[in-house]
Order: sequence, then C-alpha cells, then structure tokens
Amino acid sequence: MKTLAFLCGVIFGLGLLISGMTDPAKVIAFLDIAGAWDPSLILVMITAVLVALVPMQIAQRRDRTVIGEKIAFPITRGITGKLILGSAIFGVGWGMTGLCPGPSLASLAGLTWQEWLFFCSMVAGMVGFEVWQRASSTRAQRQGNPAVPTATPRKI
Amino acid sequence: MFSIDWAHFTPGSAALGGAMIGASAGAMALIGGKIAGISGIFGGALSEAMQGKRPLPWRLWFLGGLVCASFLWVLFRPVPGAHYGESWPLIAAGGLIVGFGTRLGSGCASGHGVCGLARFSPRSMAAVTTFIGMGMVTTFVMRHLLGGA
Repeated sequence: MKTLAFLCGVIFGLGLLISGMTDPAKVIAFLDIAGAWDPSLILVMITAVLVALVPMQIAQRRDRTVIGEKIAFPITRGITGKLILGSAIFGVGWGMTGLCPGPSLASLAGLTWQEWLFFCSMVAGMVGFEVWQRASSTRAQRQGNPAVPTATPRKI
Repeated sequence: MFSIDWAHFTPGSAALGGAMIGASAGAMALIGGKIAGISGIFGGALSEAMQGKRPLPWRLWFLGGLVCASFLWVLFRPVPGAHYGESWPLIAAGGLIVGFGTRLGSGCASGHGVCGLARFSPRSMAAVTTFIGMGMVTTFVMRHLLGGA
C-alpha cells in the first residue's frame, strides 16, 4: 500500500508538471474565456477522466481491492449547500491565483516565495476550516441539537 | 471577444499529463481503494494530526510521492512557468480561500474533477461546474473589469 501510494503520488505529480498545470498562467488562460483562451486544462481533465473511468467504475462495484484493501469511497448523498458553497469559494481562490492543492504541492521544489506563500496560506485555510467545523459542532451540541454529529474522521 | 490561443495550447503534453493523472487515480482506486483527491488526502492528514492522531500512512506516502516528483523534476528543468503574480496579499488571500473552500466543498480539481467525474458522481458534477464557473467569473472580474492584477 505504501509503495503504491508513493508511486501513484510521483506519477500524479509528474502528470501535473508535464501538463503545465503547475503554471498559474496556463490555468488562468483557461479560466479567462474573454481573453486568449487556452483549452489545455480541460483537455488534461478529460484525458484524466477517460483513463480513470474503467478502473473507477470497477472499483465502485467491489468491496475490496486485489491487494485486499477495503474500498470505502465517500458515500455522502445529495448536492448539499456546503458542497456548492465550498466549491464556489474554492473557485474564487482558484481564479485569484491560478493555483489549487495538487499543483501547489507539485511546485514546492521551485522554491519561489510565491509558491510557498500560497502553500502556507492554503494550509492555514484548511486549519481554519477544521477549527471552524469543530466550533460549530460543539456549539450545536451544547444547544442540544441532536442532529449534529461530533467531528468524525472523514471516510476517505 | 472569444479567441483560442493556439500558440499556447499544448494538446500533446496536456493529454500525456492528463493520462498520467488518470492512471494514478485509477490505480489508487482499484488497487488501493482510495480517492486520489489532493485536498482530501492533504486536508485529511491535517485533520488527523490536529486531532492528535497519527495521519494514515498511505496519505503521507502519496503526498511524499507528489513532493518527490517536484524535486525530481527540478533536477532536469525548472517548474513550468514561474508566472506568479507579485502581489503577496492576493496570493495569501487566494491560498486561504482555496484551503477553506476545498475542505468545505469536500474536494478540488483532482478529487471532484477526476475521481468524482470518473465515478459519474452528481455531487462532483455540481462541484466541478461550480468551481470552474466561479473561477471564470473571478478571472473575468479581475482581468477585464478591475484591469488585471
């Protein structure tokens, strides 16, 4: 499992670097539909989805993998407010900087202050989310709201 | 007006890189039983650490691989395009927003965009439409209404 995860991480990172997705200018050139439009990003996504399609569809229908790992994909149902709001917020940050989590990690070796500033800020934002989420569920529990679960580890 | 930037469009490397990303995600799912969504893997490890638990090893190994790819790459060539802006408040604010938003929305371009769409997940379709849409709106506002940054 560890070797698999490591190799997949390397291939994922190289894929991001080869496709130019670590370059904010290339990402923004895709998001900038009113300017000179560079469709590269959508081609990256389409190819990635096409290659992942069959393995993903097979995996969804199984309980365990060939090496015996439990297959436990997210089971949340329904398009929730959190999903849309979170995605919208992410989209704004993405449009502001042309960076997102994967490319951020894959470009750390560039050692520029911009990459590291983004990375540290992203971590801060994620930490902020955890803190906020715990505060919300604690508050709801104290108010005696039985519908709110305690912060449980994510099912990923 | 709408125009395609043929000079910068790189279909070959886009397809190759995309195929590698897809292969990685497919392998993680079918052999590892996990979703290769970076915000989920990184955010999940962070969440576990903040709860005082040891992050799940597979997460750390995957992230380690990702970062190693970065260092491996720079041995041969620079990170593609150091086209970063010079405005540190913009970068910092953007980073905070991306960090918070990807956790609230349970995923980013790799989790929802690759894995979710490959699963035909309606949630991911909604998420992808939303973040690409908002990304385009934000870029439009910043580049064409506010005069660029």
